[in-house]
Amino acid sequence: MTAPAHHIPDAMLAAYAAGTLPHVFSVAVASHISLCLHCRAALEAHQSVGGAVLEGAGPVALSADLKSDLLSRLDEPYIPAPTYERRGIYPGPLVAELKGRAPRWKSLGMGVRQDILSAGKSGSLRLLHIRAGQAVPDHSHNGLEMTLVLQGSFSDETGRFGVGDIEIATEDLEHTPVADEGAPCICLAATDAPLRFSGLVPRLLQPLFRI
Amino acid sequence: MSQKSADASQNTVWMIAVRDNRDRQAFAALFDFFAPRLKGFIMRTGTSAHQAEEIVQDVMLTVWRKAAMFDPHRAPVSAWVYQIARNRQIDILRRENRPVPEELKLDVETEPDASQILAVEQEASHLKTALSRLKPDQREIIEKAYLGELTHQEISSQTGLPLGTIKSRIRLGLERLRHELKDLKP
Repeated sequence: MTAPAHHIPDAMLAAYAAGTLPHVFSVAVASHISLCLHCRAALEAHQSVGGAVLEGAGPVALSADLKSDLLSRLDEPYIPAPTYERRGIYPGPLVAELKGRAPRWKSLGMGVRQDILSAGKSGSLRLLHIRAGQAVPDHSHNGLEMTLVLQGSFSDETGRFGVGDIEIATEDLEHTPVADEGAPCICLAATDAPLRFSGLVPRLLQPLFRI
Repeated sequence: MSQKSADASQNTVWMIAVRDNRDRQAFAALFDFFAPRLKGFIMRTGTSAHQAEEIVQDVMLTVWRKAAMFDPHRAPVSAWVYQIARNRQIDILRRENRPVPEELKLDVETEPDASQILAVEQEASHLKTALSRLKPDQREIIEKAYLGELTHQEISSQTGLPLGTIKSRIRLGLERLRHELKDLKP
C-alpha cells in the first residue's frame, strides 16, 4: 500500500488530541491515523505539546491519603476493555463504531449504496459504496465534511484520493466526486450538517435517504 | 533501573523501570511528579477538586496498567500521560469511549536506541522552552487549545501560533515509526 498523500491539518489534529473534535470527525481522524504513519507521528508531536502544557501546569496539593490509596490498588484484578481490530479494509476505530458488525448496504440508486452509522443534530457518519465511474451528485456543504477512502479511489475538482487519503471539504467547496475505474470506491464520510444537493430530484430524495 | 537509559530524563528512567520491572518505587516517584500537576491541569477546565482527584487516580492507574504501551523512542512520558488524561476526561464528560487509533504492534523487546530517546527528549525540552518564551496571551491560547477549551475552528483561526515548532518533532517521530515497522517485516 502506498502511503496516503492527503493528510489531516494541524489544527484538527490538535483538537483531536485535546478531545474537542466532534465524535463523527474523531472516528474519521482515528481511522486515518490507523492507516497513516505521517499523521500518527504528527499526533504524537501534538501529544508532546500537550505534555509540555501538563508539565507546566501549576501543581495543586493532593488529599493526604490519595497516594497510599492508589498504591494499595495496584494489584487489583484488571480486565482490559475489549478493543476492535482491523477487519479487511475497515480500520479498528471504524470497526468499533460498527460494534464489530459488517456494513449493511442500502441502495440509493445510481450505483451508490450507503450504511448510516449515526445521524443527528451534531452530525452524521456513514459508509458510501460507489460503483466505478459513478458520480456522487453535485453537492455543497452547510458545514464541514471529511471523506476517508477505504477502497478504490475517487477524483474531484481538487484532486485524486486513494486508499487512506482524507478529503476535508468546507462550505466553499462545491464538488462532484467521481469514483475512478477499478474496484468500487468505499469511503467513510463524516459531516457536521446535512448535505444539500444542487439538483432538484436529489434534494427531494434527501429527507428520504438522509444523504 | 536500567543503565542503558542513564542519560535519559528522570521521568523516562522511572517509566521504563515501571514498564520493564513493575518497579513500585519508580511508580511512586512518577506519582509525586505527575499527580499534583494532573490535578491542577484538570481543575483548570472547571472540574471540582474531588472529581479531579478521581480522574488523577484513574489516569495513574492506567499508567501502571498500560505501561507496556510506553515507547520512549516516540514520545516523552508527559505526552503519554497527557493523552491518557484527556481521553479519561472526554470519556467522563461525554459518557462514551472516544475513538482511538489502532495500536501499532511493535516489538518493544528490541534493543533501546539511546540516541533516539535523547533526541525525543531534546525536542520535548525545546517545546517547553518555546512555550515559556511565548507572550502570555499566545501561551494562554496554546494552553486552552490543549486543555480542550477551543474548537478546531478556533484553533485554525489563530494564525501565528508557533505550531511550526513541531515540524522537526514530526520528522523525528516519522523516521522512528518507519524504522520500527521495517524491523517487523520478516
